Order: sequence, then C-alpha cells, then structure tokens
Amino acid sequence: MAVAFDEMNIPGGDLRPAYQELARWLKETPPEALEYRRQEAELLFRRIGITFAVYGDSESTERLIPFDVIPRIMSGKEWALLEKGLKQRVRALNMFLRDIYHGRDILRAEIVPDDLIFQNPVFRPEMNGQQVPHDIYVHIAGIDIIRVDANDFIVLEDNARTPSGVSYMLENREIMMRLFPDLFARHRVAPVERYPDELLSALRSVAPQGASGEPTVALLTPGVYNSAYYEHSFLADKLGIELVEGRDLIVKNNEVFMRTTEGVKRVDVIYRRVDDDYLDPLTFRPDSALGVPGLMSAYAAGNITLANAVGTGIADDKAIYSYMPEIVKFYLGEEPILKNVQTWRCREPKDLAYVLDNLGDLVVKEVHGSGGYGMLIGPAATKATIEAFREKLKREPEGFIAQPTLALSTCPTCTASGLAPRHVDLRPFVLTGSKSTTIVPGGLTRVALKEGSLVVNSSQGGGTKDTWILDE
Amino acid sequence: MLSRTAENLYWLARYVERAEYLARTIDATLRVTALPAAYIGKTNEWDSALLTAGVAASFYQQYEEANEHNVVDYLSFSANNPSSIRNCIEAARLNSRSVRTALTSEMWDTINSAWIELQEVWNKGTSTREDLAKFLRFVQETSLRFDGSAYRTMLRNDAYWFSRLGLHLERADNTARILDVKYHVLLPEEEHVGGPLDFYQWSSILRSVSALTAYHWVYRETLKPWLVADLLILNGTLPRSLASCYDNLTRNLDQIGVAYGRQGPAQRHARGIRNRLEHSNMNDIFQHGVHEFIQEFIADNSRLGEIITKQYLI
Repeated sequence: MAVAFDEMNIPGGDLRPAYQELARWLKETPPEALEYRRQEAELLFRRIGITFAVYGDSESTERLIPFDVIPRIMSGKEWALLEKGLKQRVRALNMFLRDIYHGRDILRAEIVPDDLIFQNPVFRPEMNGQQVPHDIYVHIAGIDIIRVDANDFIVLEDNARTPSGVSYMLENREIMMRLFPDLFARHRVAPVERYPDELLSALRSVAPQGASGEPTVALLTPGVYNSAYYEHSFLADKLGIELVEGRDLIVKNNEVFMRTTEGVKRVDVIYRRVDDDYLDPLTFRPDSALGVPGLMSAYAAGNITLANAVGTGIADDKAIYSYMPEIVKFYLGEEPILKNVQTWRCREPKDLAYVLDNLGDLVVKEVHGSGGYGMLIGPAATKATIEAFREKLKREPEGFIAQPTLALSTCPTCTASGLAPRHVDLRPFVLTGSKSTTIVPGGLTRVALKEGSLVVNSSQGGGTKDTWILDE
Repeated sequence: MLSRTAENLYWLARYVERAEYLARTIDATLRVTALPAAYIGKTNEWDSALLTAGVAASFYQQYEEANEHNVVDYLSFSANNPSSIRNCIEAARLNSRSVRTALTSEMWDTINSAWIELQEVWNKGTSTREDLAKFLRFVQETSLRFDGSAYRTMLRNDAYWFSRLGLHLERADNTARILDVKYHVLLPEEEHVGGPLDFYQWSSILRSVSALTAYHWVYRETLKPWLVADLLILNGTLPRSLASCYDNLTRNLDQIGVAYGRQGPAQRHARGIRNRLEHSNMNDIFQHGVHEFIQEFIADNSRLGEIITKQYLI
C-alpha cells in the first residue's frame, strides 16, 4: 500500500496552506491544555446525551463516539469542487431512480444490467409507475468521500436511504466553538448551523398537492432503542417538528394522521428514519411493529410524501455503485466530477477470478452491507479468515464487490502518544428540495483511531472530527 | 402535541416525584427507628414504610422480614421492585429520552446527570449510613432541580401542564398513602390519649412530606394529631396537602381546557374532588372516619389518573 496522502503535511516538511494557522496554534498550545479540553468535550457529549447504541453489545448499550478535537480543514477552493461534484452525483441518482421506476431507458440502453435491478431485494416493485412530488427520490443523501491525493475526491459509497451522522456535524461544531473560541477567532470557518433550516424548507417544498399552505412535517423514528435515536430527537428539536413513532400515526381514508392530545392531526411529509422493510406491515414485513399499517396506500394515493422515497436502496447498492460513472454520463451527458473507486463486480466471472486470486490485497464488501459489517479487509485479515471468505464468495459471488485497499488520507489526531496521523473520510449531506439542491459547507469527518486502521465506522471503533471549510 | 409525548411528560413527573417521596420516607423511617425502643413502641416502622410505598405485598414475596437492610434495599436499589428509586430514575431517564424534544435542556441535564451519577451507586451500593444519607439527599435534590428547571424554563403550554398534572397527582397519592397507613395515630381531639410514642410518629409523618417546619409556622402549636391531619388534608397553603394538590390539578386541567377550547370528564372529576375538599372540615372527616375518607380519596385520585389518560394520553 502506498504512503497515505496527509492533509496537513507535505512530504519534505512544508504545510498545506489550509493548516498553517492550526499548526502555529498547536505549537503555542501545551499538550496538557489539549488533553484537558478533550476531557471536557467528552463530558459535554455525555451530559448532552449524544450517544449511540451498538447492536449485539449487552455490556454498554449506550456509547459515546470518540471525538477528536483537532479539526479537519479544507480550503474553500477544494470545497467548491467537491460541492459541484456532489450536486452532479445526487442529480444523477434522482434521475436514475425516476427512470428505474418509470421508463427504464437505462436498462434498454443496456448500461445497467436488468437482473441487477429486478433480482435486487432493495428494488421495490410497489414503486413502479408511482409519482413522487417533483420527481425527487433522495431528499437527503450522505455521500462518503475519500481522498488519496491533493487533486481528487473519490466517492466510496452513496447513502441514499436514511443516512445518519448529521447531528454529529452540528454538535461537533457546537462543542468546538465552546472549547476553542481562540482557534475559531484565528480562522474564517464557514458555518454549518443553517442545516436544520435548509432541511425543513426542503421537506416542506416536497409536500403533496393536497397539503395546506403550511404543510405538517414529522420525523418518524423506530424509537429510543434505535442506534441513531439521539440524532432523530436532535433533528426533530432543531426543525421544530414532532418526533413520531409508528404507533403515533394512523391512516384513515388514505390520509396519515398523528394522535395528539387534541385529537388527530393530518401529516403531509414524513422524514422517515425507518427502513423500507419496516414502514408498513401491510405491504412489507408483517411482523414489524415499527411501521404504520396503511402508510403505503396513503403514499400510493399521493397524500403523503416520504423522504427519502421508498425504493431508493437501489441507488446505494454497492453493485449499482460500480456503474455510477456511466449513470452520470447517461443522464447528464457530463463527465463525472467525482471519481469512483475501482470496483470488481464478483458477479462477472472475469472479475471474480481476479478477486479470488488477489483476496489478500483487496477489500471485499457485501453488496447490501453497511456500517462496515461483513466485509473483508484482505491485507489486515488472517489466512483462515481469507479462506473462509473465499468459500463465501464462491457460493454467492453476486453478493459481493471488491475494491483495492485504498490509502485513505490522514489528518493529525490526538493519540495516547501525542499528535499522529490517522485515516479519515468525509460524509457531506446533500439536500434536494423542489427549488434547489443545497449542501452546508462541511460534513461529518470520521477518523479511524487505531494506528494504521482504515475502518472509520463508529460501530467499529471509529471517531469523529469537526470539519472546517475555510471561507477565503 | 402528540399524545405519547404528553403521556411521557406526565409519567416523567410522576416518577421523579415518587423517587423523592421514597427517599423522604426512608429518611424519616431511619430517623424514627434510630430512637430508643421506649420512644417508638412496638410498631415495625419498616413495615409502615413498605405500606406507604404501596409495595408490601411484592416485598414479602421476596423477603421474610421487614428490617432496615431489606427495606432500604428494596425501596432504593432493587431492580425487581418496579417502584424502587432506582427504577423510578431509570424510567424517568427513558421517558426523558423519548420526549427530549419536549424537555428544556435544563430538565434533560438534571435527569441525565443524575442517571449517570447514580450508575455508580447501583453498581456499588451504599456501604455506610453516610453513603446512604448522601444518596437519599441526592435523590431529593434531583427532584428539586427537576421541578425547579421545569418551573423556570418550560413554556407555559400543554407540555408544562401535563407535566404538572403528573406531579400533583403523584403527590396527592403519596400524601394520602401516608395518612392511610398512619390514620390510627391521627385521632380527633377528644379521643386523644397520645404519649411520647405518638409524638415521634407525628413528626415522622410531617418529615416525610417535608412539612415539619411548616406545621409550626401554620399552627404555632406543639404537635397535635388533628392538626397534623388538618395540615395534610385541608390546608391550602401546604404544597403537599391534598387540598393544594387539587387546587393545582383543577387549575392545570382548566388551562388545558381553555387552550384546547373544550372541557371534558377530567375537568369535571377534578373539580368534584376539589369541591369536596373545600367544603370539608376536620370534624366531619373524623366523624365520617379518617380511614374511610382517605380510602375514598385514593380511589378518586387514581380514577382521575385513568380519566386523564383516556381523555388525552391515548
């Protein structure tokens, strides 16, 4: 594996311009002061209750995501490029979904193979021919970005279902501003606090036609035991909308209502943080108690907008991902601004043969997986693990894709032995409403805290950083 | 607001109030049992504590004897007792998480910090009397802080009123339960033959509803059982009296009624109870029988809880 690109230090001893002020500040600040503020930050997170649940972990059901106090910094110029690329990508994702559930031009043009859509468990036949307001399917996208050099941004994953993490973007900034006012005074950091406003206006803009002038928006959560519950309550609070569970909603005459102390009240837009499978026990999993019986028929009747739409999983599938450059070109006639990671599709015999021959060097992921679960990191795996994975791969090749082990860029990070480089990625949040697509300057930087580790997922020991876009 | 949110706010306030009441009961019982036997007689005060907490039956399914160790453990720390202080705090935190959007950050911080702090107590227990006293004080302070932050920071809308309903309903129930267990020492003036034994019983009752000092300010008298009963039942100036709880309950329900533009059975039922309290005097109550009066009140009060639930919370 090549030496990783470091976002602060240029080999040879120089600093990248965006980090110069931070480096000066670090030199003036004694390590104890940094450690003291790190502890203070942890205390704040705990008191505010910014925790997440780890499934299958009985020991401590609520955990903190470790927070690293050294910000990750990008120049305004870098951001401008990234922003352009993200907007392009999300536009293409929405057009792709509209096409898949309507005309299917892209299948007829044989750019994406049919079976990848129709055999895909996240494809929702219920959505065929279904109109969604303004043809927007993905209102909130979280696009995972990595860097390997100074010039390029590479998309690692598109999250088009219910991407999470935006509360950390906002809370990390809040806490940094409280703990490091001096450091902020020395930079011009673009603010992120408009996110809730932008989200609310995007959600309101996609209300169904029959809604009143002031459409009612609610956030649907699976409940307090969900791993992202804190985020759900945080967002509902910031947006000033009700945080509802399935049992708070009822469907009457194909309209959705919430039960309130003054009787029932109509809901027009649901920002749902519940997966497709659990939305409506009458349509999807009958054993689900999280959903709302009849919700899908109200949806089909056009009386409620779901954000994101049902069936968007088809766009963040890792096998579809490998076609994204072609998808962007097909719908927009433009060259993709953001690159893809080279991807071998194990469903194709030639690719599979290559993957099987090079398992030790590759990262193999489940097509429908997320959260860093169920993947093989070749260079870090034992022989036995690789062999076990080989068998799995042979049995069900269409369930996997493989990618080279990328040297994710590194950022200076607090460790037990002082500041040291650690690998990071970035998840910016792209909002699409009827009038515009917006991205607040920043995102969630995730950092792999273990030396050499490339896994940034919070469920696997990753932490977070505040992300600064400098307003030049 | 969402019915579920209102329900959570209502129960959150009840749990916090109950935790405080349990802490006060244990505190008062520790005091009275620390006296030489000659001052308190043969009654088992730990048994009374279980009765006032309404958990005597479930306690005896798990323990043989009601002594300090067992009862303190059961009322404070037991995970098996649904209304132990521990479970009240756990339930309060869970409810708070479910309705975070309806709480002010000060209220959340109070519950969450207490919950974090108490994890250690649950893990280690309290090995000394001093630890126990500290714990009981902490629980009471948490309740004061919660109540104070609600009072000082919440918008005066239905969220606030539902939270207050839970508080006053629980408080009325607690005061009534103490009276129910101790009614035999609260005899009318002419029948009174109390000695030093009863004196400590009365002060213990007042202590568990934080009304000992109040008693002296209101009556400027030595402790007299009929006055203790008068204070806890009819005196509108004592925040924990039944009359005062019902002044608040009717007011909060009326506020909800006005805001929603309609009244219902909850408003009528609460007003009925308040009118009865307003038009009673201690002589009538003694004539009718304190025990019967209190039993009726407890039933009426819990009926109000059911009506509120039906009218607003489900």
